[in-house]
Amino acid sequence: MARKLLLEKAHVEGIRGYEVYRREGGYRSVEKALKTMTPDQVTEEVKKSGLRGRGGAGFPTGMKWSFLAKPEGVPRYLVCNADESEPGTFKDRYLMEFLPHLLIEGLIVSSYALGSKSTYIYIRGEYAWIPDILEQAIEEAKAAGWLGKNILGTGFDCEIYVHRGAGAYICGEETALIESLEGKRGNPRIKPPFPAVKGVWDCPTVVNNVETLAAVVPIINEGGEAYSKIGVGKSTGTKLLSACGNINKPGVYEIDMTISVEEFIFSDEYCGGIPNGKRLKACIPGGSSVPILPANLLLKTAKGETRMMNYESLADGGFPKGSMMGSGGFIVLDEDQCVVRNTLTLARFYRHESCGQCSPCREGTGWMEKILKNIEYGKGKMSDIDLLWDIQRKIEGNTICPLGDAAAWPVAAAIRHFRDEFEWHVQNPVESQHRNFGLAHYADPLEVVPA
Amino acid sequence: MIKFSDEKLKKVDEIIARYPQGKQKSALLPLLHLAQEEFGGWLSVETMDYVASLLKLEPIEVYEVATFYSMYNLKPVGRYMFEVCQTGPCMLRGSDQIIDYIKQKLNIGVGETTADGMFTLKTVECLGACGYAPMMQLGKHFREHLTPEKVDAIIEECRKNAAANN
Repeated sequence: MARKLLLEKAHVEGIRGYEVYRREGGYRSVEKALKTMTPDQVTEEVKKSGLRGRGGAGFPTGMKWSFLAKPEGVPRYLVCNADESEPGTFKDRYLMEFLPHLLIEGLIVSSYALGSKSTYIYIRGEYAWIPDILEQAIEEAKAAGWLGKNILGTGFDCEIYVHRGAGAYICGEETALIESLEGKRGNPRIKPPFPAVKGVWDCPTVVNNVETLAAVVPIINEGGEAYSKIGVGKSTGTKLLSACGNINKPGVYEIDMTISVEEFIFSDEYCGGIPNGKRLKACIPGGSSVPILPANLLLKTAKGETRMMNYESLADGGFPKGSMMGSGGFIVLDEDQCVVRNTLTLARFYRHESCGQCSPCREGTGWMEKILKNIEYGKGKMSDIDLLWDIQRKIEGNTICPLGDAAAWPVAAAIRHFRDEFEWHVQNPVESQHRNFGLAHYADPLEVVPA
Repeated sequence: MIKFSDEKLKKVDEIIARYPQGKQKSALLPLLHLAQEEFGGWLSVETMDYVASLLKLEPIEVYEVATFYSMYNLKPVGRYMFEVCQTGPCMLRGSDQIIDYIKQKLNIGVGETTADGMFTLKTVECLGACGYAPMMQLGKHFREHLTPEKVDAIIEECRKNAAANN
């Protein structure tokens, strides 16, 4: 059984309430940080832990914190990114819903490290019942003296506020989130200046994901070095994965990044295999933006090694032969699924969510959806496949924010690995309307390329 | 002319106070949510102008925000809105069939409202319930692991609820 640092207490009855959470050892990290450490020492521990941003990009958190500008007399802000919207990802929702105090605790310690006296949780609007849970936890923490003025007599003041979005995937991008927090459309900003210098209300700002900030609690409790020893290589600590699609046990799992992809899908401790005795066809291992992999490249790398559930191994082979850990949204497709249809739904998603600022993304996502629709509904041409490839290549890297890349990658990977299926759709416009291409050769062992 | 109740106006002040002084524009998204709940489930021009006046904003600043975010309804909607997710992970678990079932059951298309003004069917993109698919949002909450039987029960529940609150 893998070690759990975040979800260990998730099933303790009443853990959502303050009393039980505190009895189970909650808020120790606030005591430790505020009473025995300076803010810089807290940042130092986070650096030592090797913690990488859990929202998707995997940027080292301690380094991000150390970039925060600290001009005299200017307020600094910590903003918690709870805009979780990447298809396949629902881990932050689980944390906030069942362990709200863990997030609040992480926020207090992190606010102390960064000097944020007003900290905001930007939560996606559709999670409409969660602000009540968070606000109750904030009230309880305040009543117990963990928030407010002069916390624990240390002179540190801190308030936490919940800010609800209103339905826009783009607001998960940190500068769009900041715009939205300022009451504007969620149009990403051109960087630089980076939020660390000029963020919300033009003040230095750090934006971190929910899971990242929750992970600060075990890091402070156990020490950065101890945390860095869990996991493997640069994939330190534990990671929450949200598993969905065609598996027996969809849900949120905490892993320590030392297990294989095969174990994660097939063991009863995690996804529990694929329902109805079906075979594995493909998987999108890190949220909808990361490249889809056919079964044969998912379970083993191109070098023939067992693929592991961690940042490095999932990325092994680069985009041609690998994928990404991303946000941990693990989407499994069984042999009956149609990759063209799946790609179409994702293309529609990105077209819907494009903010419209940059032409390549605004126009390109619309074109990709239209062309995929034609192919899916039996009106495609062979040249459409190359046209799709061409469009995605022209979006990637040509936009202000990474939404363009996120829209391009799933289309590119689907064509790269499942071109046969796209061609079959075009060549069999009638048959493809009532039958899927099936598993075909996508699980056949690959010829190993010597390293 | 529309106006929040005194109780809601207190809530408005509370929301504005969350943000630094002079940054009351930050309260726009929360106030639009509040206004939509209060004034019939959608944002009319009159409602948006009222919110603008509360925050000392130009009306255009409110319109441009209200038109950007998918949760603000710019047209009247039914008393109960079924917002069914249709993105990849839900599609893999049968959301297409659920959408078809609702269309047939309520005899409306996507984006339409039943003649009695009771139900609106809307398709939405990923709501973060992928592991509990297929799903829909109904008001503040998610309805998950949908089946035709569950959809029937939800429709029944809404009808009962409406009858009890009329």
